[in-house]
Amino acid sequence: MTSTGKRILQAISFAGLALSLIPSFLVFGGLLSKEMYFHLMNAGMLMWFGTAVFWIRKDHLG
Amino acid sequence: MNTKTQSTSASVPSKVKSTLIERLDALYEYDREPVHESKLQGWRTFIAMFASEHIAGTEFVLGTLLVMHGVRAVDVFGGLALGNLLAVLSWAFMCAPVAVKERLTIYWQIRKIAGPYLTVVYSGLFALILCLLAGSMVNVSTTAVTLPLGIASPNYAAGQTVPSVPWILIAVGVGTAIAVLAVLGFERLAHFAKVVAPWMPFVFLSGAIASLPSLGVTGLGNFWQIANEKIWTGEPYPGQMTYRFWHCVGLAWLCNIAQHMGMGDVTIFRYARKWQMGFCSAFGMFIGHYLAWICSGVLCAAYVHSQRAAGAADPNPTPGNIAMFGAGYAGIVCVLLAGWTTANPTLYRAGLAFQVATPNWRRWAVTLAAGILMIVTACIPAVLHYLDRIVAYYGLFFMPLGAFIFIDFWLFPRLGLVRNYAQQRGLRLSWPAAVGWFGSFGICFVLYAKDQYASMAWVNSYLPTFLSRYKPDLFLQVLPAWLIAVSLYTVCSLIQQRLHPLEQEQKI
Repeated sequence: MTSTGKRILQAISFAGLALSLIPSFLVFGGLLSKEMYFHLMNAGMLMWFGTAVFWIRKDHLG
Repeated sequence: MNTKTQSTSASVPSKVKSTLIERLDALYEYDREPVHESKLQGWRTFIAMFASEHIAGTEFVLGTLLVMHGVRAVDVFGGLALGNLLAVLSWAFMCAPVAVKERLTIYWQIRKIAGPYLTVVYSGLFALILCLLAGSMVNVSTTAVTLPLGIASPNYAAGQTVPSVPWILIAVGVGTAIAVLAVLGFERLAHFAKVVAPWMPFVFLSGAIASLPSLGVTGLGNFWQIANEKIWTGEPYPGQMTYRFWHCVGLAWLCNIAQHMGMGDVTIFRYARKWQMGFCSAFGMFIGHYLAWICSGVLCAAYVHSQRAAGAADPNPTPGNIAMFGAGYAGIVCVLLAGWTTANPTLYRAGLAFQVATPNWRRWAVTLAAGILMIVTACIPAVLHYLDRIVAYYGLFFMPLGAFIFIDFWLFPRLGLVRNYAQQRGLRLSWPAAVGWFGSFGICFVLYAKDQYASMAWVNSYLPTFLSRYKPDLFLQVLPAWLIAVSLYTVCSLIQQRLHPLEQEQKI
């Protein structure tokens, strides 16, 4: 994998993590419905697992 | 499917079988000799291991149990902080330094100081309790799988002591998948944990934050008030004991005592480059046993509150239910993976423990046998209901032998005592270790049981007044148990080595 490709995957992964957290604050603030929050959590999860498995590798341990 | 492979497999089945077994046996990981330098691992591995192993499915249970035991908000926030700090210090200053010096598994270290008989007893019992704990994690994961399928999880508090057949079948499926992954070995487990770990705390935190409005929290201004009135109320649920500050300290410190003060994690830290990597445990403790316990407490209270508001008589705050309530299907996946990533290393350790007791068995066969036990215990709902008590018994029972390793390593040379005396004398059983182990646990158990069980109340009449008035809970006996264990072991070792000193040429 090229370093650019890896950076793109990492960016998507971190965006997934952000999508897994930020909407909860919007629900707390009354700016987002809980239903939409659930959808965004699912999207964040898919973004994380769909990309992190490619750049978090066994041979990078330690 | 690759038909060519199928055809080859069919034509030479014995060769394929032989190769598979050889490959499985090649996963042997220096269990019985010090880890080679080329196998040592760095900070990232241990951070990932701790972060994933201690952000587990059982956090959904223990945080919930604290709510049900009626702790107050100050008990949770203050007590858990202190208890987790003590746990991290125990890993860093007690467990990791010994691990990087010796680089052996706990079992082979115990064998050197306690002899093979006690090692087999320790290993067999330790493997059984690890299977029980791994089973509780499979149980947690199963609650996540059954919920979307419309299969109700058993509500033990409401008298449902046996799960339904469909629930059991799903538990068997989940457990089998976990057992197969555990057979594949340490590095693959670490990789799996490393991918899952960063995402899980976000789900715990999100679920709790998004659930707060359903409890009436509108901002930081009224959080503390609502926390005391609706989450950690100080009033236990019907049938539950009351926990306070020191119970929270004790639970946080004790729940992994077999791993830190009990030295169980020398098996993991033998792969560490430096002893300072013991501080990696902070990632597990303060994310998993602090943040996640608090978040699961919020989720439990919010779920129960909403269910009662909807007219439910006996809300069942299973991990699957509260995660679904707080984070939807992402929460369900989180519960599933949280149980999975904890069950895997637990089952791995159980395999190591069983292997000492069954030296002629192959690793993969031992791990699969442990997996079967894990699956059976996963189908017992009482395990989750009493998880905090089970964890406390487990810690107090297995801690002493690890304490002996610590004392043997640091104190014995200073006292002029011979290290690894049992090994050097070729003893099959070290009686000082037996006295220290069973004596420590026996004393602590009797001091607890005399006020808990009517059949043990007679003990009070034989005790001096200060001991009969002493009413410690299991969680409050961490230090007494450790001190009793090392005192008995050291005094008995002094007697043993004075009576039978080693000849100079026998000393290694």
